[in-house]
Amino acid sequence: MTHSLPVSGSLRNRLVVILIGGAAILAFLLFFAVRNYATQVAQQGQDNILGASVASILDAATIRDGEVEIDIPYASFSMLSTPFDDRVFYAIYQDETFLSGYPGLAVADRADRFQTITFRGEAVRMITAERILIGIDQRTRIRVALAQTQDALSGTLEQISRNAAILGGGFFALAALLSYWATSTTIGQLQRLTDSVTKRGPQDLSPFKKPVPAEMAPLVTSLNSLMGRLDQSLSQSEDFIAEAAHRVRTPLATVRSYAEATLQRVDKKENRQAMRSMVRAIDESSRAAGQLLDHAMITFRADHLEREEIDLVDLVHDLVLRLTPIAEMKDLELRLQSDAPVAYAGDPILIQNAVRNLIDNALKYAPSESAVDIFVTANTNTQIKICDSGPGFPSEEVDTLTARFKRGRNAEGTIGSGLGLTIALDVAKAHGGDLVLSNRPEGGACATLSL
Amino acid sequence: MRNFVALILLLFPQIGIAQEWEDRQLFTADTSTQMLRVISSTDTVLFAPIIEHFVAENPSIGVEYLVHGTSDIDQIFRTDPDGFDLVVSSAMDLQLKLVNDGLALRLPDLVHPSWAQWRQSLFAFTSEPAAIVINNDAFAGHKIPQTRQQLIEALRERPDAFRGRVGTYDIRKSGVGYLFATQDARATETYWRLMEVLGTLGVRLYCCSGAMIDDLTDGRIAVAYNVLGSYAEARVENRDKFQVILPSDFPTTMMRTAMVSVHAPNPEPAAAFIRHLVALQSADNDEVFQLPRLNIQPNDIERATIALEPALMTFLDALKRRRFVAEWENAVIQE
Ligand SMILES: Nc1ncnc2c1ncn2[C@@H]1O[C@H](COP(=O)(O)OP(=O)(O)O)[C@@H](O)[C@H]1O
Repeated sequence: MTHSLPVSGSLRNRLVVILIGGAAILAFLLFFAVRNYATQVAQQGQDNILGASVASILDAATIRDGEVEIDIPYASFSMLSTPFDDRVFYAIYQDETFLSGYPGLAVADRADRFQTITFRGEAVRMITAERILIGIDQRTRIRVALAQTQDALSGTLEQISRNAAILGGGFFALAALLSYWATSTTIGQLQRLTDSVTKRGPQDLSPFKKPVPAEMAPLVTSLNSLMGRLDQSLSQSEDFIAEAAHRVRTPLATVRSYAEATLQRVDKKENRQAMRSMVRAIDESSRAAGQLLDHAMITFRADHLEREEIDLVDLVHDLVLRLTPIAEMKDLELRLQSDAPVAYAGDPILIQNAVRNLIDNALKYAPSESAVDIFVTANTNTQIKICDSGPGFPSEEVDTLTARFKRGRNAEGTIGSGLGLTIALDVAKAHGGDLVLSNRPEGGACATLSL
Repeated sequence: MRNFVALILLLFPQIGIAQEWEDRQLFTADTSTQMLRVISSTDTVLFAPIIEHFVAENPSIGVEYLVHGTSDIDQIFRTDPDGFDLVVSSAMDLQLKLVNDGLALRLPDLVHPSWAQWRQSLFAFTSEPAAIVINNDAFAGHKIPQTRQQLIEALRERPDAFRGRVGTYDIRKSGVGYLFATQDARATETYWRLMEVLGTLGVRLYCCSGAMIDDLTDGRIAVAYNVLGSYAEARVENRDKFQVILPSDFPTTMMRTAMVSVHAPNPEPAAAFIRHLVALQSADNDEVFQLPRLNIQPNDIERATIALEPALMTFLDALKRRRFVAEWENAVIQE
């Protein structure tokens, strides 16, 4: 029954890849964004301090007696202290002449500008600022270049990068966890639908009624309508079979009676032989038609099982009485062994049909002058067991004998359609039970109908 | 007990090319293969036990100990940075500028509190306050000043007793003198008034603490301002002649610092020496380490101790220095 379907990809994997991949990209973006922003902020911080420092130096510039004096405040350099002890360089120029500081540090051509340059082999952040001093008969331009190494900055950045990495990683882990959860719950809905499809009985073609997520509604709707159509066409074909069987059976009965009558009148040996074969074939056909009818009826009743309280012993006893004449024709004895009444709620017609088929089989396959034992018990579960002392079920076929139209190897020469066990099994299933076929160790077949 | 030989080499002034050292000593063990050249402003007496201890522990390393004034050290070292392994000086500002100029070697694995080091290159190993040292005879029967203000009053009270008998650093010659003066001036206005009083009394100007204390023991001067108390304490034999007073209003405290030259001929042993020095500073061994140890309370440090920060370069600025020295000369040198 289970064909391996060609599988292309997996929804779960696709979802996981998309979500986790997305999370990874987002985490990276987050990391770079945070680091970038932090770099800007940190650089801005250093720039601000450099700006304030250079302003305070320029502020201290004065002209006294025609000479420029710059009384650099202690705080100007003090504010440049960093935890990483960054080096500080500065140069003061009056117009184009160098006044003090580090002679190698050249001012930028534009004032109030920040630059990152290399000075004495180290990357430094430098600001240039200028101020015009006006003396009595003099106008002079003071320019100050102030530079600081970036150890603290890179230290801060390193720390921020580490934190940003932790942040990004954490975000990623969380997102991965979330996407795993999201995927599981989404796929879970599908799994649930799958489970409820799998758990259904073979005859159950009723529509799904449990609520499903909106996205799955179309699928379930079309599944339901598919099953509706299937159900309809199934029952149509069953109806058709039943109808056909019925139509065949009645004329067959007529044909049989004519054949019997003709047989009485025919004397020639080969003609008699032919007529007998004809009667036999007719019997076989009508039995098959009967069983087809039975089967159709059982399928219908099983779908709409109506239980009523019955006494199984009573029911089987009736059957035994009815079948005794047939048994006696074969010199067989039907022995019913049972506890006192076994009450059970089920469909009597179905159960009767099933038991009859099983007894029929026993009568068919058991040798003459033996006994067929029928047990009705209600110990652990309600069971009806029919055992004969015939050849038993062909052991290698036991598992498949209950399939429709399946006949065993030992069935050659006996009239039958291969539906008897099928009917019995269907009835058992309809009542939530099972049919177990076994062979007795001393020989003979045992069919156990548990309900 | 100790297998080193200390040599005092006399230098002859007539050999003009050779650097004139205030003092020069060799510390070697028999097995010394490498010689460390240490240029230092610390008196040999105070530093010798430390070097001896080092040489005893590292017999393969010898030490040539060269003593000079703080300003000169700076100049000598700058002109010849690969001629020396270590620079030890009390002029924190000059030392810090050496590091800022990239002349010091980074010793990244040396663990030292952040306030006592700069750029893992400059390592402080003492905390030494600038003191007022007075001659006991000169103050017999008089109140002993405890602050700068009280010192001003005491000097003004008996100008005749002190005329020509007060001393302080010549800040133009001494780096540490300049450091003390600038930090004093930054901290309190009283400094300038005190300088003016000293000026009117015809102050004697000194290159170094040692000379000042010599004159003080002799009685040539009665008061010395901004002297390194540690040097005075070391004069055990004349300890009763003078008194060391730490001005209670604001004791300017300097940290002696050491660094390895970036061009040091023997960087490995030089780093080992600094490590040894720093370790001795924190070890409990007064025999060997006779200098005042680092103050450990960072709060006190902040208040009184000169911080190792780029701001120390402020007063080294040419314009600023010119201005400060002019002002100082104005106050102190009165014709
Ligand atoms: N009592 C039995 N003893 C031996 N074989 C049996 C017995 N009952 C059924 N079988 C085997 O199971 C097959 C299926 O039985 P059934 O469905 O009743 O069809 P049939 O019409 O052939 O009896 C038979 O063909 C036969 O091989």
